[in-house]
Amino acid sequence: MNGWPLLSLVTFLPLVGAAFILTIRGEQAVVARNARYVALWTSLITFLLSLFVWFGFERGTSEFQFVEEVTWIPAFGITYRMGVDGISMMFVLLATILTPICILASWESVKHRVKEYMVAFLALETLMVGMFCALDFVPFYMFFEGVLIPMFLIIGIWGGDRRVYSAFKFFLYTLAGSVLMLLAILAIYFQTGTTNIVVLLEGAGIPPSMQIWLWLAFFASFAVKVPMWPVHTWLPDAHVEAPTAGSVILAGVLLKMGGYGFLRFSLPMLPDATAFFAPLVFALSVVAVIYTSLVALAQVDMKKLIAYSSVAHMGFVTAGIFTLTQQGLEGAIFQMLSHGVVAAALFLVVGVLYDRVHSRLIEKYGGLVHRMPVYALVFMIFMLASVGLPGTSGFVGEFLVIVGVFQVNTWVALLMATGMVLGAAYMLYLYRRVIFGKLTKQHLMTIKDLNWREKAIFAPLIVLVLWMGVYPVSFIDVMSASVENLIGNYEQAIAQSQAQSLAALWPGR
Amino acid sequence: MTQDLATIAPELFLAVSAMALLMLGVFRGRESTGLVLMLSVVVVVITFALVWLAPSTRVVVFEGLFIRDGFGAFMKGLILIGTGVSLVMSWRYIERENMAQFEFPILILFATLGMLMMVSANDLMSLYIGLELQSLSLYVIAAFRRDTLRSTESGLKYFVLGALASGMLLYGASLIYGFTGTTNFDDLAAAFAETRAAGEMPSLGIIVGLVFMAAGLSFKVSAVPFHMWTPDVYEGAPTAVTAFFASAPKIAAMALFGRVMMGPFGDLVAQWQQIIIAISILSMLLGAFAAINQTSIKRLMAYSSIGHVGYALIGLAAGTEAGIQGLIIYMTIYLVMNLGTFAVILCMRQKGRMVEGIDDLRGLSRTHPMMAAAMAIFMFSMAGIPPLAGFFGKLYVFLAAIEAELYVLAVIGVLTSVVGAFYYLRIIKLMYFDEPVEAFDRPFGREMNLVMGVAGALILLFFVFPSPILEGAEIAAAALLAG
Repeated sequence: MNGWPLLSLVTFLPLVGAAFILTIRGEQAVVARNARYVALWTSLITFLLSLFVWFGFERGTSEFQFVEEVTWIPAFGITYRMGVDGISMMFVLLATILTPICILASWESVKHRVKEYMVAFLALETLMVGMFCALDFVPFYMFFEGVLIPMFLIIGIWGGDRRVYSAFKFFLYTLAGSVLMLLAILAIYFQTGTTNIVVLLEGAGIPPSMQIWLWLAFFASFAVKVPMWPVHTWLPDAHVEAPTAGSVILAGVLLKMGGYGFLRFSLPMLPDATAFFAPLVFALSVVAVIYTSLVALAQVDMKKLIAYSSVAHMGFVTAGIFTLTQQGLEGAIFQMLSHGVVAAALFLVVGVLYDRVHSRLIEKYGGLVHRMPVYALVFMIFMLASVGLPGTSGFVGEFLVIVGVFQVNTWVALLMATGMVLGAAYMLYLYRRVIFGKLTKQHLMTIKDLNWREKAIFAPLIVLVLWMGVYPVSFIDVMSASVENLIGNYEQAIAQSQAQSLAALWPGR
Repeated sequence: MTQDLATIAPELFLAVSAMALLMLGVFRGRESTGLVLMLSVVVVVITFALVWLAPSTRVVVFEGLFIRDGFGAFMKGLILIGTGVSLVMSWRYIERENMAQFEFPILILFATLGMLMMVSANDLMSLYIGLELQSLSLYVIAAFRRDTLRSTESGLKYFVLGALASGMLLYGASLIYGFTGTTNFDDLAAAFAETRAAGEMPSLGIIVGLVFMAAGLSFKVSAVPFHMWTPDVYEGAPTAVTAFFASAPKIAAMALFGRVMMGPFGDLVAQWQQIIIAISILSMLLGAFAAINQTSIKRLMAYSSIGHVGYALIGLAAGTEAGIQGLIIYMTIYLVMNLGTFAVILCMRQKGRMVEGIDDLRGLSRTHPMMAAAMAIFMFSMAGIPPLAGFFGKLYVFLAAIEAELYVLAVIGVLTSVVGAFYYLRIIKLMYFDEPVEAFDRPFGREMNLVMGVAGALILLFFVFPSPILEGAEIAAAALLAG
């Protein structure tokens, strides 16, 4: 595949599929069926193509691979530049594997405006993949913010009762954060004269006083996306109202954009500010882990519960990132991937029930194990992965993060571990109420177990969860060189600026 | 003399043809409207070609009254596109709304002539003449449906307030003349450059004159606090006229603003920058917040235009070449979005009557999916969401603001754009999330579909190949500052 613009193919193939779907005309039922199949095949082919990235990726180097460059706006030196390294490569795969699953998951639950729905999902895939591959600030920003358009439509058109409120909240919250990032990007451009991310990663040389402001502008954007406490309030609303597949993508990929942003921009380009603000991030992360876990404990709506658990799990991610240790960073990335699979799967699990009963309230269920044994097993696997049971993907990420945090601050590590206990509490409590107990409710008497389509959706996710839990090396191998390089650059930059500030203190020497 | 005439060939052609068409209309009577309108479009196209084909070197003719340069050529091109498309879009409208009089296209042609003069003015006198020719024609067109109360009211309001603004502009010009002894832009620029080089403050009279001129020009671009006329005139004027008002005259006034501030007063940046910053911030704030509660789509577009003027003025406030480039790009993209949006608004008819409520767009994605898609593209673009063209407009003005270290202005700008996104999203919500009420009358007309389709495609696909516009704007901006 050498010489092929592989990343561009993966990025833009879904758009081709979307354009194809747009041309479908005819009777409504036929259009809907064709749109489903075209979308499914497009996303499957995209996934297969992205496997070439996985297999062709050379491990053990921190260089960017599969790099493509095309001059785009020469006057400003803005280039369409794509490439992946150990940090971004697996997110690309996460996006390409979740999209066909989402399309399968909405096979029957989305009944009206199927054509538009599939177009929106394929466009979303293009934007997500593009965002993780972009190596120039301007294309990156375009992908990053362009995501809002299809997601806004997905929540607003196919969402629940309060969909309008949630769609607006999602859009405006995220937009408010990211416009500030745009200004920061422009400021970096004037400071360094380039928007080339590859160059900027090696050390941007921005004065520390300016870094503080730029860091805050980036933080406004990424913290909303992650989301961190206290700007997380859009997430439960968006999750609850979005259709199942929308929640899956939201939890699976869109939240990772925030963490990815911290890794890609805040840490390497603004090292002094990162060191300065790390305690703040720790504090917010601890609050997120403990507070949102307690909130999750009190939820009566299953989707809302999982949404709050997402905030808690992403708290681990932010804490891990700002430890700036090898374990902490690897743990954070691993936790993002794991959460991408597990949270996505949990939303699908809830979606299965919602498709049958049309309610997300926990009190409507109980004793499902008697009618749905396979479902109970699937739910249990993902529930335990979310709790962080050893042998599942959730354990590896959270364990590495706590190891990383422990080296930096034992108190934070202690509080984080408490959060893990709380996580076990709310998940097990949820599971007990929904699955166990007596099957007394009338509307559950005839409920059916998973069908083939649903089993096909969950099978790859179960494989992934166990693979990541039992043999995490195949994923950690991919990222370790890039993480090492990132930490090396960071420490060098910190040492340099400390030497400078010391030199400023004693000008005579 | 021949060079003088050759230089003004586009304007000359437009003036002569407009008069010829007027005679045609007078002799042939009312039934000639269709013919006059069609010929007017042809005239606009030919004028565009003349502007396009003329060399872009900087030439000053008529004893320094008139200038032809790259900046003027670019802006004239935009103005003529705005005029041409507005004329095409008004064709069915004036027939249906009993406005089919041949004076309508002719007045638009004269207004366009005034705009071309404004853009090419190199002297306070020619500036004023161009401005007044444009304004007087616009007053009449605003009141063109003289049998309806709202149209006449809007025309009168526009006239009274516009005359006040012209008075202020003229008063400012007279002060400038009184304190410098010249009305020529080049001489003024030289005089101010001298003051600046000597490290002196310009005299108070000049500053007062400058403030008055800025006030008058702000009125013409409808920047806060001189915006009061805009919502009423937009709402009251016939929709085809509103579409015209929102496109060509905005470009012309903005070009004039840029030329006056960067040309003769270029060395007084320190004096006028704070004025522009203030009106830019106020316009963005008002445009964002006042539009939220509107129920009429035309009023909404009026407030939206005030907001957009605020963003474009960020470019001017920067006072640099990058800033002017940002302004030009912003206005170019704004023109396309605006024409597309008004094409949609002009198609909003139910049972043979025009409707103007935002709520009438409810469920448009079901009844007219293509139209809804086009409108959604324009709305997302106006909100500045990438990858649509509107994002690039905002990108370039903010780029200029950051370069000029106007951080507060830039931060306020991006935050108001979030507020502004709310009401653009509201339109999308109505079109896509709500159930349809009643479909609009079909057919829209081939020309309407064409305008919507082309504008939508341009906005959607701008990012694929942005360089021609961006580079064209760069050359135009360089031409303005070369003088």
